[in-house]
Amino acid sequence: MPKLKLNLEIWRQKNPEAQGSFEPYQLSDIDDDISFLEMLDLLNEQLIKSGKAPVEFDSDCREGICGSCGVIINGQAHGPLQATTTCQLYMRHFGDGDTIIIEPWRSKAFPVIRDLVVDRSAFDRIIAAGGYVSTKTGPHPDANSHLIPKPVADQAMDNATCIGCGACVAACPNASASLFTAAKISHLGLLPQGNPERSKRVFRMVQKMDLEGFGNCTNIGECRAACPKEISIDTIAQMRRDYVQALKE
Amino acid sequence: MNLDSKIPSGDLSEKWSNHKGSIKLVNPANKRKHTVLVVGSGLAGASAAASLAELGYNVKCFCIQDSPRRAHSIAAQGGINSTKNYPNDGDSVYRLFYDTIKGGDFRSREANVYRLAELSSNIIDQCAAQGVPFAREYSGELANRSFGGAQVSRTFYARGQTGQQLLLGAYQALMRMVDAGKVEMYSRREMLDLVMIDGKARGIICRNLTTGAMERYAGDSVLLATGGYGRVFFLSTNAFNSNCTASWRAHKRGALFANPCFTQIHPTCIPVSGDHQSKLTLMSESLRNDGRVWVPKRKEDASKPPSQISEDARDYFLERKYPSFGNLVPRDVASRNNKEVCDEGRGVGTSGYAVYLDFKDAIQRDGLQTIKEKYGNLFEIYDKITNENPYQTPMRIYPAIHYTMGGLWVDYNLMSNIPGLHVLGEANFSDHGANRLGASALMQGLCDGYFVIPYTLGHYIASTPLPAVDTQHPAFADAENSVRSEIQKLLTVGKTGKKTVLEFYRELGHLMWDHVGMARNEKGLKTVIQKVQGLREEFWNEVLIPGEATEFNKNLEMAGRVADFLELGELMAADALNRSESCGGHFREESQTPEGEALRDDENFCYVAAWGYTGQNKPETLNKEDLHFESIKLSQRSYK
Repeated sequence: MPKLKLNLEIWRQKNPEAQGSFEPYQLSDIDDDISFLEMLDLLNEQLIKSGKAPVEFDSDCREGICGSCGVIINGQAHGPLQATTTCQLYMRHFGDGDTIIIEPWRSKAFPVIRDLVVDRSAFDRIIAAGGYVSTKTGPHPDANSHLIPKPVADQAMDNATCIGCGACVAACPNASASLFTAAKISHLGLLPQGNPERSKRVFRMVQKMDLEGFGNCTNIGECRAACPKEISIDTIAQMRRDYVQALKE
Repeated sequence: MNLDSKIPSGDLSEKWSNHKGSIKLVNPANKRKHTVLVVGSGLAGASAAASLAELGYNVKCFCIQDSPRRAHSIAAQGGINSTKNYPNDGDSVYRLFYDTIKGGDFRSREANVYRLAELSSNIIDQCAAQGVPFAREYSGELANRSFGGAQVSRTFYARGQTGQQLLLGAYQALMRMVDAGKVEMYSRREMLDLVMIDGKARGIICRNLTTGAMERYAGDSVLLATGGYGRVFFLSTNAFNSNCTASWRAHKRGALFANPCFTQIHPTCIPVSGDHQSKLTLMSESLRNDGRVWVPKRKEDASKPPSQISEDARDYFLERKYPSFGNLVPRDVASRNNKEVCDEGRGVGTSGYAVYLDFKDAIQRDGLQTIKEKYGNLFEIYDKITNENPYQTPMRIYPAIHYTMGGLWVDYNLMSNIPGLHVLGEANFSDHGANRLGASALMQGLCDGYFVIPYTLGHYIASTPLPAVDTQHPAFADAENSVRSEIQKLLTVGKTGKKTVLEFYRELGHLMWDHVGMARNEKGLKTVIQKVQGLREEFWNEVLIPGEATEFNKNLEMAGRVADFLELGELMAADALNRSESCGGHFREESQTPEGEALRDDENFCYVAAWGYTGQNKPETLNKEDLHFESIKLSQRSYK
């Protein structure tokens, strides 16, 4: 099995107020079939044993669905592979002797908590501003009483697969949350259940997105390129249409 | 201790409706005077928090992740069962009930399981109303697929991401209530103790994981929806941060822990590959709808590439041994058979601990496009991890820890033996007996949260005197001090320790997998109890922990969780030792049929083993709740 020697440059920042900086680390004998996060685990074990503070990073499911993990790897959100979260990136995609620069998501709306960990609670607040169907728990009509054409259901599902990782914001030169917000607006707007609140939803969510300090969308498309779930930027066009419609109402 | 399960009287099919009609209600205007603490924001926690807030209660909800949307329910792939009978293949409430009881090898409560089956249909309606994008047929109607242990197609799904979509539905309902001001959401908080006042659960102590600050929260009831304890094995399909700490701390305050040895080994996971691996990845059971499991007939062929093994040299062992269920036997049966063929030396892959899951026939029959639509995302995950294309080469799979059926003991109202402490979802023990059927975990989590607790919690609040308490009560100070001193103890050892938390964690995992994993025997269990005790002692003398308590410190969080696992691990082995029968996922080598199937001992073990904590390093006491079967005849499980 190939073994790798790596030069790492990692952003270290002790707390939100501290001035951060890049620190160099060397790793050798890294198996190429371990994951990127397992490589960081190994680095941390070495740091702890030598009395240094480990690099803090978020991760949980480690199979690409919870959206916890995410760092900038050599300038790219989640690293070099398309449609891949950081936890699903394996070291076989790197070469012996490579230098890897690792940074947290950078956005005013995602303050750094420590090292590579950022505060993404702004996303929760955007969802709280209308990213739901206002139905209560209780008896509902039979699930088949709303027939939804398969292509529509499939498209809604495509948009609903967003994992809320924040890569779209991190990749966007404007740090816009448009793809995240539009994915939810399009998922719900496409379905009969979400339609009654369509205008109110888009109006409130877009307003919240702006208030949280995210930038504007200028159609660059970096978000789509970085999105591990390949959410389409058509959703952003849909969000704008819905917004214009909402203004008219 | 007398364990009263509070099962309502009357006919099985009328128990829940009678119970709902007779339990006490809280007046709408009074609900706003009560505060409920919900710990955990997965399917059970988020659905409970949202539903209770909609009713008017003040809810505080806590999760360890940075957002409630990331709870581990999100990783459930395959689907959710319901008795809708849309395919018209003969499903009914009774059939789902029967399949679940039988699947659990007759070690669950009839009344709880019947209620689950009865409410399963409401769950689908609820989720559809929330805009959950279930898979649909061209007619626009909902689609179904089959899962193990059933002969009907009753599983609803959203590609291979059903857990994600159901959780986002519940999360959105929760965030709607946050928006309405009825839920206060506390993310990155870990519950480290339960606060008891006058014998009732009245609050929790949390550590703020961002700042390290200790926080106190008071309420009229505490709901634990904190998931299972599969990470005691270190390598499992559970998320990296999943843990048993909230349950275990409640256990130490007196909540009984039921059937801890009932753990589920899922047959289809990507095999272990190396020493640095941090978790295992599930390949959904739904794959067994179309994938065929095989190994070579002859040992000598095990090292050959699969393409060089001819059809007649392959052993489709599940189809051969279980013709009526074939590849869709329940998880415990499939897992044991996978292990058996590998132990015979017929396993494949570099380690010899894997079997093939082959889609060649399905691709030939249905076409590549159809298989891609059904399982595309799972095939991609497999490819990313193993660097092999499962459309061309059969997947290699092996069993791994996936779910825990045991958990805190609860009565029919989902209340533990501590008044006011309710336990929901995977964290309780109640519905799956000794083995959970596929697509039933999502069903149970949502059933508990949406449709059971909103009724039963009201009954508790309406029928219990609950004088106002606040966090200045001495009980809060006591609990906080005990948490602080435990953390201090960890950090004091941690300054000079030699072995990292992760090293202890892996070592415990190996011990548990070797002796309390897929097969257990008396000698191994006695050995592992001693070894876990030894490892625990070593941990408290030698653990190396970086940093301080007053900062963001993931190693400190993990140290607390591993300390708890080191206690739970011993209890699991003790429970497995006590239960000398085999049942479901609990396979005692001493108790098997001539064909090697699990052999139950109904005369001696038809009970729930609910263990009580007695103090540090002391054996726990066993309390028994006898299981009574009124409408089902106990029989030897057969899937042949």
